[in-house]
Amino acid sequence: MTEWEAVIGLEVHVQLATRSKIFSRAATSFGEYPNSNANAVDIALPGVLPVLNEEPIRMAIKFGLAIDAEIASSCRFDRKNYFYPDLPKGYQISQLDQPIVGRGALPIFLSDGSIREIGITRAHLEEDAGKSIHTAYDGFTGIDLNRAGTPLLEIVSEPELYSAAEAAAYFRELHGLVTTLEICDGNLNEGSMRCDANISIRPKGVETLGERTEIKNVNSFRFVEKALEYEIDRQIAVLDAGGEVVLETRLYDSERDETRSMRSKESSDDYRYFPDPDLLPVDITDEMIESVRVTVPELPTAKRNRYVLELGLTDYEAGRLIEDLNAARYFDAVAERGIDVKLAANWILGDVAAALNRDEISFANVPIAPDELGTLIQRIQDETITGKIAKSVFETLWAEGGSVDGTIENQGLRQLNDTSELENVVSQIISDHPGQVGQFRDGKEKILGFFVGQVMKATNGQANPKQVNEILRRELSVLPPTP
Amino acid sequence: MNPYANMAQLRSGLDNGDFSAEELVHFYLGRINAAADLNCFITVDSDRALAAAKSADKAIADKRTGPLTGIPIAHKDLFCTEGLLTSCASRMLHNFVAPYDATVVDRLRKAGAITLGKTNMDEFAMGSSNETSFYGPVKNPWNQACVPGGSSGGSAAAVAAGLAAACTGSDTGGSIRQPASFCGVTGLKPTYGRVSRYGMIAFASSLDQGGPIACTASDAGTLLNAMEGHDPNDSTSAIAEATDIDSSRRPLKIGIPSQYWNDLDSSMAKVLEAARHTLESLGHDCVPVELPHTEAAIAVYYVIAGAEASTNLSRYDGVRYGHRTTSPENLDDLYQFSRTEGFGSEVKRRILTGTYALSVGYYDAYYLKAQQIRRLIRQDFLDAFMEVDVLLTPVSPSTAFEREALIEDPVGMYQQDIYTTPASLAGLPALSLPCGMREQMPVGMQLIGPHFGESSILSLGCQYQNETDWHALHPAYEHD
Repeated sequence: MTEWEAVIGLEVHVQLATRSKIFSRAATSFGEYPNSNANAVDIALPGVLPVLNEEPIRMAIKFGLAIDAEIASSCRFDRKNYFYPDLPKGYQISQLDQPIVGRGALPIFLSDGSIREIGITRAHLEEDAGKSIHTAYDGFTGIDLNRAGTPLLEIVSEPELYSAAEAAAYFRELHGLVTTLEICDGNLNEGSMRCDANISIRPKGVETLGERTEIKNVNSFRFVEKALEYEIDRQIAVLDAGGEVVLETRLYDSERDETRSMRSKESSDDYRYFPDPDLLPVDITDEMIESVRVTVPELPTAKRNRYVLELGLTDYEAGRLIEDLNAARYFDAVAERGIDVKLAANWILGDVAAALNRDEISFANVPIAPDELGTLIQRIQDETITGKIAKSVFETLWAEGGSVDGTIENQGLRQLNDTSELENVVSQIISDHPGQVGQFRDGKEKILGFFVGQVMKATNGQANPKQVNEILRRELSVLPPTP
Repeated sequence: MNPYANMAQLRSGLDNGDFSAEELVHFYLGRINAAADLNCFITVDSDRALAAAKSADKAIADKRTGPLTGIPIAHKDLFCTEGLLTSCASRMLHNFVAPYDATVVDRLRKAGAITLGKTNMDEFAMGSSNETSFYGPVKNPWNQACVPGGSSGGSAAAVAAGLAAACTGSDTGGSIRQPASFCGVTGLKPTYGRVSRYGMIAFASSLDQGGPIACTASDAGTLLNAMEGHDPNDSTSAIAEATDIDSSRRPLKIGIPSQYWNDLDSSMAKVLEAARHTLESLGHDCVPVELPHTEAAIAVYYVIAGAEASTNLSRYDGVRYGHRTTSPENLDDLYQFSRTEGFGSEVKRRILTGTYALSVGYYDAYYLKAQQIRRLIRQDFLDAFMEVDVLLTPVSPSTAFEREALIEDPVGMYQQDIYTTPASLAGLPALSLPCGMREQMPVGMQLIGPHFGESSILSLGCQYQNETDWHALHPAYEHD
């Protein structure tokens, strides 16, 4: 049996988070009434002309700087000609041979903990098409041009990904990067990042590439992985059976978890690319590049190193925080308070994430300010409150707002740290439960938990658990045997 | 009222109260109506023209006038006009009422001009005879058997016949200059980028330029002043100093390019030679210059213009506006039948040749090669303007020809553009003005200036028209 190797390259279309479209003044907001975000330019009325907005250029430069790529000193826009009802001009304005961003690289983190740099061939600017809606009207297709003209950055990787998991890791890493750069909102379910995958199979050790297929429009990390897994298996099965892989475009059907042939590429499309005469070449000055450079924030790789190597978080914790820029921001703001960062990460990835999920809120809008969460963790560390009480304070703050210290005072939640007071409670409980005391003496250590529970109950959960344990052990041991 | 009064005369007539703007508009509307057989207009906008005239009269009474207040003009039917049919003389847009004003329309209105209506043209500005219009051919007022030239034939004929004080036109390869010469009026193609293309329905984006067609060079300058200037809606519109036609009266060095004069028909050459002597008698110096790549201009022009047109016209697909076929079976039918029915044969020819020139395997040999030669043609002019201030050439190899003489001979028709396409390819300003008659038909001369050199060619044109009366000749045609 031949040992096969998959070779994968991804083209990821990233919707840039500009307020207006790339060549018109219409808004880009998602979910608006059909065609309400489409102006004369977007509809391609006779006589209208595209005018380039600067913001997509700045965002593309920002991306280029983040992957350490060459930024073109001059780039231009071309027309890609084809007819489709949701492509109003009959051509898409794109960049063919003078992309704004040249070769760069993106490090990805593999499951074995190693890091590999994936080459990025180029990234270019283009406009998005509208949407054809086939289900709304019987026998007709609806056209919604709200999305038409939304700026896209198409990021093309080298064929340097060798498994479905690597491809998914790359897509995830790219997602983390563009959201960190704040050039994309990263909402995969709104189509903010769409992935086309080119995949081929070759015998391991062979340099040349096999015939490829292209899987179009896969829009989630999981589906990228599943679609590629399916396609790798399919191609290997074809080759093992002595067949040949056919150059074609395939679609991934997530419900059936399979790819299906969409169209053959044999009659290759002729897009008749040529420079768009309505737009001038764009000169990108060093000055402009430098003005963008100062806006590039800490990148995911650097952040990951800081979290793992400096702060001692696990890879998993670091990964989850980096996935969501706002989570990382929230964490950084909490951690700034000089508290136990591991505890902070636990709280943020545990209680905070769960509550956000429950209430369908994003990390951009956590109802508890990072300062307050920091205080809460501080109050656990300085033993003002117990961990258990902290959770109830957290819920109160979440629902009603207010401050940590105020809530602790108002509700009398302060931890009971007074040793003599605790000793009184403990001796009362011991004398109330002679039977259980006997079990303890007979060596049934587990019964200690019962006594802790009783003390907590008697103190409304405010007793310092560490002290309770100590006192209980001491008191239970020193007591004379029961007559 | 004198139907051939120039704008300067109309200005003083209005300001002195000799007639009101309303009377003037009534007068022109009457003439347009009576001249229906010339077929100059696709749409006449009487009601709004009269309403605008009333406001103009108020402004004149209040002495709040600009140079164009109350001056009735018409727009070539490829300038979008809000609330008015903008058809591009095509069945494809025979139902298209523009929801916005082109920048040119907007600026002229703000300068006080009154829109009488929209003038006929070759379909999508593709043609040199105004015979490709969906609304039928325009007749030359000098001889109704002849064409008015194209594609701005309706505008040129309307000015010649005294149906409007002036008109807008557009020039891609000669579409202002050639009809101006055929109709004995003055037309200016400005420098590429001088006038905004926003709202001017595109034919070939790297060549299209709007401009005025008027009775005199002075009027053309007045109109240009209102039309020109940077427009944020057009990335290719330039930031340039405004045209000032009174600026230069110094003696100029006028280049006579042999490539434009050597093959000229002797009767045409005689008229052009006389014009040259007149300019010399005004103190200017004529010297020979060479523009060696002139010969390639027509081929280069038709490759580039066709290529750009083929994609500019892709938006006419029957989906959102314009002509749509009835009961298409599927999407391909919708496209194919809407476009087959909506476009005329000349438009189809150019879409096909342009598509061919951009196709894989032909792009390098046609489109890319044409762009390379275009640069050489441009360089010819830049070299020439190192030696001379302006160039003097014919506008067209002949005077207006008869209808149907060339319509079946596309290459012969394209040859008509031999003297106008080079300046288009180089993006240069060029003025076409009457300089004589041949067999009762007007002959035009062309003054080509360096980039943004409108001031010098218009000034020279004014000097010439102060010295001669060719621009003051009018067709014997009368309809009342």
